[in-house]
Amino acid sequence: MPALFKKIFQTGIVTEPLGPDEAEIIQLVGQVNQKTQRLLGRALAIREVDAGSCNGCEIEITGLTGPVYDSERFGIHFVASPRHADMLLVTGPVTRNMEVPLRKTYEATPDPKLVVAVGDCARTCGVFKSSYAVVGSVDKVIPVDVFIPGCPPEPADILRGILAALDRMPKKRI
Amino acid sequence: MIVTGYVLEIAQVALALLLAPGLAGFVRWLKARFQNRRGAPPWQPYFELRKLFGKEVVMSNNASWLFRVAPYIIFASTVTVTLLVPMIVAPLALDGMGDLLMVVYLLLLGTFFLALAGLDPGTAFGGMGASREMTVAAIAEPTIALAIFSLALSAGSTNLGRIVTQELANPAVTVSPGHLLALAALFIVTLAETGRLPVDNPATHLELTMIHEAMILEYSGRYLALIEWASWLKLTIFFTLLANLFVPWGIATTFDPAALTLAVLALIVKLAVLGGIVAVVETRVAKLRLFRVPELLGASFVLALLAVTSSFLLK
Amino acid sequence: MTWLLVVMIAGYGIGAVGALTLGRSLFVRAAATSGAIIGAGAAFILGSANLLSGQTLTIQISDILPITGFALRLDGLGAFFLVVIGLLGVPVALYSFGYSAAYEGRYSLRLIGAMLNGLLLTLSLQVMADNALTFLLLWETMSLSAYWLVVTEHDQPGTLQAGGWYIAMTHIGFAALVAMFLLLSGGDAMSTSFAAMRANALTLAPLARDAVFLLALFGFGSKAGVVPLHVWLPMAHPVAPSHVSALMSGVVIKMGIYGLLRVTLDLLGGGPAWWGALVLAVGTVTALLGVLYALMEHDLKRLLAFHSVENIGIILIGIGAGLIFRSYGLMALATLGFIGGLYHTINHASFKGLLFLGAGSVLHATGTRNMEEMGGLIKRMPWTALFFLIGAAAISALPPLNGFVSEWLVFQALLGGFNIPVPEVAVAFPLAVGMLALTSGLAAACFVKAFGISFLAIPRSHEAEHAHEAPLSMRIGMAILALACIALGLAPFSVVPLLGGVLAGLGGLPDTRSVFTLDLMVQAPAGFAQVSPTWIGLGLLILLALIPLVMRLMHVNRKRRVSDTWGCGRIGQTPRMEYTATSFAEPLRRVFAELYRPTKELSIDFHPESKYFVKSIKYSSRITPLFDRVLYDPLLRLIQRISRQVRRIQTGSLHLYLMYVAVILILLLIAARWF
Repeated sequence: MPALFKKIFQTGIVTEPLGPDEAEIIQLVGQVNQKTQRLLGRALAIREVDAGSCNGCEIEITGLTGPVYDSERFGIHFVASPRHADMLLVTGPVTRNMEVPLRKTYEATPDPKLVVAVGDCARTCGVFKSSYAVVGSVDKVIPVDVFIPGCPPEPADILRGILAALDRMPKKRI
Repeated sequence: MIVTGYVLEIAQVALALLLAPGLAGFVRWLKARFQNRRGAPPWQPYFELRKLFGKEVVMSNNASWLFRVAPYIIFASTVTVTLLVPMIVAPLALDGMGDLLMVVYLLLLGTFFLALAGLDPGTAFGGMGASREMTVAAIAEPTIALAIFSLALSAGSTNLGRIVTQELANPAVTVSPGHLLALAALFIVTLAETGRLPVDNPATHLELTMIHEAMILEYSGRYLALIEWASWLKLTIFFTLLANLFVPWGIATTFDPAALTLAVLALIVKLAVLGGIVAVVETRVAKLRLFRVPELLGASFVLALLAVTSSFLLK
Repeated sequence: MTWLLVVMIAGYGIGAVGALTLGRSLFVRAAATSGAIIGAGAAFILGSANLLSGQTLTIQISDILPITGFALRLDGLGAFFLVVIGLLGVPVALYSFGYSAAYEGRYSLRLIGAMLNGLLLTLSLQVMADNALTFLLLWETMSLSAYWLVVTEHDQPGTLQAGGWYIAMTHIGFAALVAMFLLLSGGDAMSTSFAAMRANALTLAPLARDAVFLLALFGFGSKAGVVPLHVWLPMAHPVAPSHVSALMSGVVIKMGIYGLLRVTLDLLGGGPAWWGALVLAVGTVTALLGVLYALMEHDLKRLLAFHSVENIGIILIGIGAGLIFRSYGLMALATLGFIGGLYHTINHASFKGLLFLGAGSVLHATGTRNMEEMGGLIKRMPWTALFFLIGAAAISALPPLNGFVSEWLVFQALLGGFNIPVPEVAVAFPLAVGMLALTSGLAAACFVKAFGISFLAIPRSHEAEHAHEAPLSMRIGMAILALACIALGLAPFSVVPLLGGVLAGLGGLPDTRSVFTLDLMVQAPAGFAQVSPTWIGLGLLILLALIPLVMRLMHVNRKRRVSDTWGCGRIGQTPRMEYTATSFAEPLRRVFAELYRPTKELSIDFHPESKYFVKSIKYSSRITPLFDRVLYDPLLRLIQRISRQVRRIQTGSLHLYLMYVAVILILLLIAARWF
């Protein structure tokens, strides 16, 4: 036990500040309601929905909760049920099998809520475009607030995209 | 004087309600630091509560009126307990209204309705959570009862105010082996009852390992806020019991403002220390398999039994 | 007060005679119900009047029974049990009006109505019996009328077998009681009156007193369903009509408690510490095993029957603690223990009666006792669900309902164990505390299962989906008992002194009516601890009203939207996805696997083409009850082996039998000549 805590104290905090603002790559589709921003700005619960992704985006999203990117410092955490969620983080092109579940997840999420589509596939379906198994981009199924391009986007970009939706840029508090 | 007593009761309830989210946030923050993260600030749970109260409720179409009533019963029963537990002053004006057994059974009332609410929407996860929660609660019960027995032996009463004042008058009791063993037993039970590691992981996202979280998967909005708040309050109550029943110093015995201020500060320090201990434990241990949990609780039962027997023999 | 007694007997009599003689079935049901309500109502009033006034009623009718006559005497203890009978009898009678309508044309309504009245009559008189012959006569009549009620649905599988077990166990107990009264009467056949026995008990040798106590514990224990004599109880209670189950669990088994108190405390005047220790040990084991087997039960009524075993255990824990304290002269603590036991007796009568009536409504509506085929009933039968929930919370000892108060009293009595000067005895008390706490925790788990699986979520069968609310008479019956559960929980400050009065003078117990004050508090002696369920209940109520109010003032979002159950996005939800009663109890079955010794069978029927497709899966699992395994199975095997031996001389040939008779006669004559 002492060895463990010695290691912890030697390592120190490894969370990195987010780099300079590169928000221009984030595509804010519509203006998020101000009340929603105020309400969710301080505490955001995310439900991740894999609508048919190759799991590249998932690997990057997993990075968010780790010590380096540490989304929790912004009051952002992932939850197990859409009932607890304020934001759906959707990845991948929407496949036929995931169309109904995605819609159901959206319905199951209480208002006010936001949808952030992560990765190129979510916007354009990427290499899966016009596959028989794919319905289309995420915004064909549910309304999307923010698109985050990249194949896959880096965790920092995803974090910026989420913060853009909340209109709370990382500069304000690190 | 009497009026002051009742005002203090209400003040104490307010204090408990106010401190509870902060305590939960503090443990989370400390754990984040142990993971070399920056972590959310300790006051994050307050934001979460505000957010949840501002959101709508989405209810399952299978759920009945019980699902809607349960959050209120859970919250009310937990708040009632804060009327009985001496946090800043002992004995409380309402000390005679309920003793430790009343505290335990009021908390069981909340658990009972939480488990029923978990079953109500008819999901497999809710049922699983309810089943596990009741199993853990049932097996933890004898340890609590024996720990109470051991405390009652040295204080001559199960009323909390009496126990605290007796200990203040006779400090040697607090370091007696019976007391220390009971403390250890009650600490293990605290971890089990408040859903902490190694019994339950409050931060888990994996449904199959959940206990508390599995029951509330269907809750949202204000209902979720009430249940979360109640569970943080339960954590605060158990910590206060551990703190004030075993290390009572600092608690006010008069209604003197200076003593009361000191008592509030002492309470915050004690809660912070216990929160620190829990954070360290949670960093160090892994979650137990569900079917190993009875062994842990069995060990705590043996500790409690030893506590009573040693109190008996040394009395 | 004699006129109340007359009204009571007349009420039951009219009920029984009316049920037997009237023509149309509606009239038969009405006569049985109204007669029983008058009788039980009069019993309730008679008991209460006696408890409040403290007078003793004595009646002696020497012409009815030979030798000793038919003697009745109503003292505090009897009056208390009379109140219990009346409290349960009225709602049960009312309930039976609606419930027995379903029996029309299938079973004899006359027999049910007459026997119900007969059972209530014998029960009501039982607690007044003042000599051994009266007592035994009523005891036997009570057992027999209960038997006829149990086997009402005689064409259903298992009913007759259950009736057989019941009648066998109750008669083994009866034999013990006869032997016990013979010992108590000191061999003099004329002194069978209880007053004479009381005097006689003082002069009995210690060994004879011990024998009397053991026989009483065995005889009354078999009636009360004490482990290991409980086997008949989970068989007989479920197969009986539900209002009879309520009566059996509520009062018939309580007669065992009454008898035990009457003999050990009143007639014998208490005894050495080991009596109490034995009762305490038996009570602890009974409580724990009862609840553990209840957990594994998925037949709603069998589950409740096992809980009756459990609650008898809790009552015995209180009585056992009381007997131990009494033997060491700790009278205040002794009274506390007995009060806990008695309080739990009336509490159990009200909530278990309520639960059985609720289970009866469910059975009435769905036609099944199997919890795995229920579900979603809270929407279809809201009133029954509410009443069942109150009963479930009460039996789980949740404040502010009545179960909490009596368990608190028993706990407080046990906590006083450190006052006992002998460490070996005193050390038993913390163990009992632990076991009692485990019992109540497991009971809460079990009733989450019972209520959650039966009433919540989606219906698991067609029958449950089309269930209907119970008729008015049944709902009123349940409502009365639900109110009793609440009232007994909120008003212990007035019940406890009454119980103190009941016990005053029995076995040298002091009058504690003044010790327990009337200031809305319940206090353990010497200020050991105090609680006020009244104020706590009020506090809970205020908070329940206050929370929504504050939330509204704070402008909390009050929108509510109904949507599909969240099932990880899957399409449609079926009952097969729900947690079942078996799966709910699975963790506990694993924890206590040593006791249950579960066996399971799994057979999978694969598709002929590929074993990756399953056509059907059959899973069955059962547990082996401990005492069936170690006690009853070997015993039954032994009896069967002996019977087979005896059969050899039973050839059916008349000549041979005549020869047996002749041989025996000659042998007897020789023997007579010899001596």
